[in-house]
Amino acid sequence: MNRRTFFAGVGPGGEPASPLHHSSSGNAAGYRVSSGLEPYTGPWGRQQSVHLLRRAMFGARKQDIDTVQGMTLSTVVDLLLQPGPTPPLPPDYNDANASTAWSTAAYNSSRDGAYLAYTLSWWSDLMLNQAISLREKMTLFWHNHFVSTWTSVKDSRYMYRQNALFRQHALGNFKELAKQVTLDPAMLRYLNGNTNKKGTPNENYARELQELFTIGKGPEISPGNYTNYTEDDIKAAARVLTGYSDDAGGIKYKFTASNHDGGNKVFSANYGGKVITGRNNESGAMAELDELLEMILGQEATSLYICRKLYRWFVYYQIDAATEQNVIAPMAQLLRSNNFDVAPVLRALFSSAHFYDVANIGCMIKNPVDLVIGTLRLFTFPALNPDKLNFKYFGLRTLRRTMAAMQADLMGHPNVAGWPAYWQEPVFHKAWINADTLQKRVKFTNDLAADGYKLDEGYDTLLIDPIEVSTFISDPSDVSKLIDETAALLFPFSITPRQHDQIKAVLLPGLPDYEWTVEWEDYQKEPTNESKKKAVAGKLAAMLKFMLAMAEYQLS
Amino acid sequence: MKRRDFLKRTAPAALLPFTIGGFGVKAYARTPLLDALAASAIDTDRVLVLVQLNGGNDGLNTVIPLDQYSNYNAARSNIAIAENQILKLSDATGIHPQMAGVKAMFDQQKVRLVQSVGYPTPDYSHFRSTDIWLTASDYDQYINTGWLGRYLQQEFPGFPTGYPNAQMPDPLAIQIGSTISTALESDVANMGMAFSDPTSFYNIVNGTGNDPAPDSNAGRELDYIRQVGQQIQLFATPVRNAANKATNKSKLYPAARQNVLADQLAIVAKLISGGLKTRIYIVNIGGFDTHANQNNGGNGTPVPHGTLLNQVSVAIQAFQDDLRLLGLEDRVVGMTFSEFGRRIKSNSSAGTDHGAAAPLIVFGTNVIPGILGANPIIPANPTPNDNVPMQFDFRAVYASLLKDWFGAPDSELQKVLFHNFPILPIIKGTSSGVEAERSSSAITLGAAYPNPAHSTARIPFSTSGGHIQLSMFDNEGRRVATLIDRTLPAGDHEAIFDAAELPTGTYYCRLQNGATSKMGQVVVVR
Repeated sequence: MNRRTFFAGVGPGGEPASPLHHSSSGNAAGYRVSSGLEPYTGPWGRQQSVHLLRRAMFGARKQDIDTVQGMTLSTVVDLLLQPGPTPPLPPDYNDANASTAWSTAAYNSSRDGAYLAYTLSWWSDLMLNQAISLREKMTLFWHNHFVSTWTSVKDSRYMYRQNALFRQHALGNFKELAKQVTLDPAMLRYLNGNTNKKGTPNENYARELQELFTIGKGPEISPGNYTNYTEDDIKAAARVLTGYSDDAGGIKYKFTASNHDGGNKVFSANYGGKVITGRNNESGAMAELDELLEMILGQEATSLYICRKLYRWFVYYQIDAATEQNVIAPMAQLLRSNNFDVAPVLRALFSSAHFYDVANIGCMIKNPVDLVIGTLRLFTFPALNPDKLNFKYFGLRTLRRTMAAMQADLMGHPNVAGWPAYWQEPVFHKAWINADTLQKRVKFTNDLAADGYKLDEGYDTLLIDPIEVSTFISDPSDVSKLIDETAALLFPFSITPRQHDQIKAVLLPGLPDYEWTVEWEDYQKEPTNESKKKAVAGKLAAMLKFMLAMAEYQLS
Repeated sequence: MKRRDFLKRTAPAALLPFTIGGFGVKAYARTPLLDALAASAIDTDRVLVLVQLNGGNDGLNTVIPLDQYSNYNAARSNIAIAENQILKLSDATGIHPQMAGVKAMFDQQKVRLVQSVGYPTPDYSHFRSTDIWLTASDYDQYINTGWLGRYLQQEFPGFPTGYPNAQMPDPLAIQIGSTISTALESDVANMGMAFSDPTSFYNIVNGTGNDPAPDSNAGRELDYIRQVGQQIQLFATPVRNAANKATNKSKLYPAARQNVLADQLAIVAKLISGGLKTRIYIVNIGGFDTHANQNNGGNGTPVPHGTLLNQVSVAIQAFQDDLRLLGLEDRVVGMTFSEFGRRIKSNSSAGTDHGAAAPLIVFGTNVIPGILGANPIIPANPTPNDNVPMQFDFRAVYASLLKDWFGAPDSELQKVLFHNFPILPIIKGTSSGVEAERSSSAITLGAAYPNPAHSTARIPFSTSGGHIQLSMFDNEGRRVATLIDRTLPAGDHEAIFDAAELPTGTYYCRLQNGATSKMGQVVVVR
């Protein structure tokens, strides 16, 4: 197997792809990009800054685009790497005083479903109102990397705590995060670390820690030997991890010395035959855990695996030999040389020639969070910020269901590997789009633009104010500017002349361009005249509905 | 001769006027259109329904070896099903008490239970093992296309170009839900279509795809999205019409949203009844990754294993009943599968960890009723790593369904499954079934001796002739040696298992002669 083939793709555990490469358009090999992690020195204009915002955040709002206009690339990246202040605790949305006590109170089984909905609503709100920062997109990345689901964990206080952990370390140190996740009560429950005891190990976490969370699974070069580690390494790691359980009272881990296997743990040649000396008390067990993570993270394969995963989250799924060599390897080098601090790696990626290579613009299929949150962020929806907290909750709760129907069920992943779009050969990001989910995606934007997106309990409906769009356009009386500047706001690449004409035909069926100018100026003269407003608003809504339903809008 | 075969054999020759569906077609040479027409003129109206159990179903608590109950009970005392609760399928074999529906179907001769299905070197990763099952690859082979995608590509060449057409107006394969299976991937497209509600297709308009997409990665993704959009436009009407035309008739279906699998299978029954020519349906139920508290739920196992099995059983029974009432029973065969079984020994969390082979259920009126294969051997003192070795390769099951149910020719099987696999007696009224029944009585596997053995053991067996494969598996279900893999004359034979270089422990020998396999055991001590 040649190097190109080897790195063409990796499975959830990092397995290599076959030489066969799926393609629906005929170019089987994909398109080579030779640029690497070296600093980008090309033009720094609107196209580049919008590309950066779209990938680093959920959608690029006009306001944010304007904010970064005139800043240098490094200034914008600095801004994105600011984690921002710690958000407040998730409130009880049905409590007039917005009490947050539930998240630290005793477990309440009858209310736990509501608490999950509060947590997800609170999280959606943070994403909707994100500052110019990578934090929320990285929080979601970690959630999709270190998966736990509420149906298994069955305690929303745990789920909240885990989400806060991801946010706290979103732009921090991977080694520390991996340690905290290992001790995280939600994870202890989700992967049965809490039943992993001396003499009766439960291998579940030890397996996924290596297969999915850190070093990745390589090809099975002999029975039970997955290149990077072996089945025996899973057993040895499971023994290191014995003794922990979750403490529902304190919402934290609990260590029971008698459950910890104090014997020595011998690892395979894949880990250099490392022996972790067994110890018997909590600090000793913790030292064993540190040694285990040092051992796994000390392998080059771990840094490469994490960087490929970041790459597929922020750039594209296809990793060919050139990308492996010019982008992934230097990213991994940076991760190692910075002792697993993530920020320097992200800084390099978002400042690199590769990231701004035209071949990497517009090639990401938006995940449902990007589509739903990103679309809502483009426009102003007063119904999402009502006076009453419970009304706000109804709105946010609806969003969660919409995203789940499109197969991004937050805290409800299909399995521990996370969303298939980031690992499933050969389709990767295409996994988001099928006949079922595409209908749901287009219905979502149609509802927002024209038909009305109904919020829970029927309390309100989201509808884009089409007039708001005109405020994003330099000269909204000019049909061509209206169309092209809206397209630039919505699509990652420019539309063709034919598409321009088709959009115009929706805006102005069979009429000359100046008719738009006339109607628009009429409305401008009398902005309070409802009938004049409706005349242009109806046209703008039809145009938006059409444009948001174009396949181009699914790309970022 | 089938019309398809006729075309395939004669079409390249030359001018050949013929009629399909009332339209005269002049065939000059092979063209994609002609291929499509030829292929879709297949005279089968048979349907295959795959029921995927995600997470790795615990086969030993699904189909229970009553003949080794004490070993079974000792190996998993914290999760063993009480002996008096187990529903008997035979004196030796029982089924989980929550599977009364499947038991009833078994008694009605509508179930073929295939024991210990797996592959020679088990992989314990959900994702890798799922890929192996869906792509039908060897354990060390990485393939991007699925077994059904390759099959459908053989049957409907050129897809999606030229489809739908008069001969194939409907989706080739349908998955109920919001994901589409890797099993349906081909090297040109996914051959299937996913939807959750066939009656409410959303009319999507993204019809600005007239200009070709840019020649770039972004263009490639754009093309894909446009293609899915077109698929919705093209197939929405026939699917909706089919769904609206039919009504479920079985009273055994639970209320909507009580049983995720029953809901999906009810849709499948409607679509078949409504007249879709779709050949393959895929449905799913998850939650089988029962690492802890598997009989009670909780702690990582959201739904107890018994509840899941009950849902499977109720759903399959209702579906079969519905097909009977709809007059479709003879056209449909279904099959359950899961990425792996679980360990023989339970863990201390009252759950089971990732394992190897497990039984699967093929159902319908056209299956050869009964149990295929022997119960797995449960050792007296299994280690936590002991697994059920495979008795039947899952690809032999695929091959049997493709050949005996869909009538796929051998040349096609080779392209779809990459190797020759024995055809198992699963489908009624086929020569494969008859042949296997005949030969199964003719091969015997004797007891190995000495047993326990120190370094070598002799394994006697007899055959009535034909190809013999005799393989050895270790206690974790991994193939460690193939002692014989060739044609042998009829009569008594003996193989020698040299275990001098192998660790001590329990080994299984698997003798395969055509569709028949026998299992034995050798213990190596020093």
